[in-house]
Amino acid sequence: MNVENISDSRVSVKNLNFFYGKYRALKDINLEIADKKVTAFIGPSGCGKSTLLRTFNRMYQLYPNQTATGAIMLDGDNVLDKNQDLNKLRAKVGMVFQKPTPFPMSIYDNIAFGVKLYQNLSKNDMDERVEWALKKAALWNEVKDKLKQSGMGLSGGQQQRLCIARAIAVKPEVLLLDEPTSALDPISTAHIEKLIDELKEDFTIVIVTHNMQQAARVSDYTAYMYLGDLIEFGDTSTVFTNPKRQETEDYITGRFG
Amino acid sequence: MMDLYTRRRLINSAGLTIAILAMAFGLFWLCWILWTLLDHGLPALSATVFTQSTPPPGSTGGLSNAIFGSIIMTITGTLIGTPIGILAGTYLAEFGQRGWLAPVTRFINDVLLSAPSIVIGLFVYEVYVVQIKHFSGWAGTAALAIIVIPIVIRTTENMLKLVPATLREAAAALGAPQWKIINFVTLRAARAGIITGVMLAIARISGETAPLLFTSLNNQFWNDNMNQPMANLPVVIFQFAMSPYEDWQNLAWAGALLITISVLTLNILARVLFRQSASTH
Repeated sequence: MNVENISDSRVSVKNLNFFYGKYRALKDINLEIADKKVTAFIGPSGCGKSTLLRTFNRMYQLYPNQTATGAIMLDGDNVLDKNQDLNKLRAKVGMVFQKPTPFPMSIYDNIAFGVKLYQNLSKNDMDERVEWALKKAALWNEVKDKLKQSGMGLSGGQQQRLCIARAIAVKPEVLLLDEPTSALDPISTAHIEKLIDELKEDFTIVIVTHNMQQAARVSDYTAYMYLGDLIEFGDTSTVFTNPKRQETEDYITGRFG
Repeated sequence: MMDLYTRRRLINSAGLTIAILAMAFGLFWLCWILWTLLDHGLPALSATVFTQSTPPPGSTGGLSNAIFGSIIMTITGTLIGTPIGILAGTYLAEFGQRGWLAPVTRFINDVLLSAPSIVIGLFVYEVYVVQIKHFSGWAGTAALAIIVIPIVIRTTENMLKLVPATLREAAAALGAPQWKIINFVTLRAARAGIITGVMLAIARISGETAPLLFTSLNNQFWNDNMNQPMANLPVVIFQFAMSPYEDWQNLAWAGALLITISVLTLNILARVLFRQSASTH
């Protein structure tokens, strides 16, 4: 499953296995995530694509009985190492979830919350950072006059962009997007896809999506997964137009899944 | 043969009629109680109720010492019980997935929640009043606090569990340590529900008689020393209502009305608060 043409790899996954209790949900995954590109994970429900994404920031650690073996190398460190500082890791690997999750505080504080955890910024610098993040997330114009209002009062699409702004405000190296548009209407989805395209200038992005057209539109590399196996991985254009494996072709042409 | 549609409509109206009758039946007694309370309580209410202490039979007086005692014991009981309840409830909701401590605590808490309040009064009597050899305001406070704790634990845990797991994940995904997630995100998201729980606990203890009977008992005079027996509305109502003196009975009605009004106010306030935050969050 090697992809010869990823020369500039940011994250490399080696022999990754994942267990929910005794159930093996990921089987010997080997994968390279390219720097400042968008990598998409696709596959039918239950194939392990979200599970794989959640190993990158060890989100699974919040729950008992979930374990991972193997290695995920980021900046020369193994993410799965027991001594890995989880909070520092998560400051480096940001995440946006399927459902918008604004915190019960003002729009400004939603963004400042993460930044304050690891940086001591002056009021001015913080104002600038909040503005920068909101502009990056294409939300600034809609909220600049109501930064003190609750983030819960925004529409679903705005809330999701707020979450993206919150994730990039801490300036992570890798941004994980777990089906970021599946709860949104088509217009908000288009907004966010455009945004992903712009964000890859600065960030390495991994996106899990149910929507194959979306994967084809936004990603540079695509991984097709099925029942915990990585079936095929390569250039998005190759995977979608000329897949090497029959299973991949069946899935993307809609005959299966 | 009746067609299906007519049959369904008939069953529907029959069901609705029974439901409305049941509601009217319940409401009837409630209104009667409230009416009796207002009928007897309102004429007995006067300025002296708030300014004078409980009188000996046959002379005029008020309930000021009992009102003061009730307020002070309710406040101190709530102040002691609430932090313990919130902390324990937070433990159960946020740390209680693993190990044996949380399920055991939860079970004991459920037992405590449904324990008759007179048992709690007897307990405090045995471990505190008997030791210091006299009734006291602090003993009353202790009994009320023990009633507050399980209520607040339960509501805190329930409200925190209603906070979606994705909100915790989102905060964790930013690299926030667990204490910050709990303090700034989950407790904040559950704040309105927790405050509602505390207010309902206050409403509950402000009408409790049995635990105070064994702990703070009563005091005919104005007393602001918590180490001495303290007058309080429920026990005064109990004593005065059972007495043969009409003045005392009237004061008991006034006290009953006061308690009912304050409990009603607290309940309404709790509801309004919960609804407000439910609409903004």
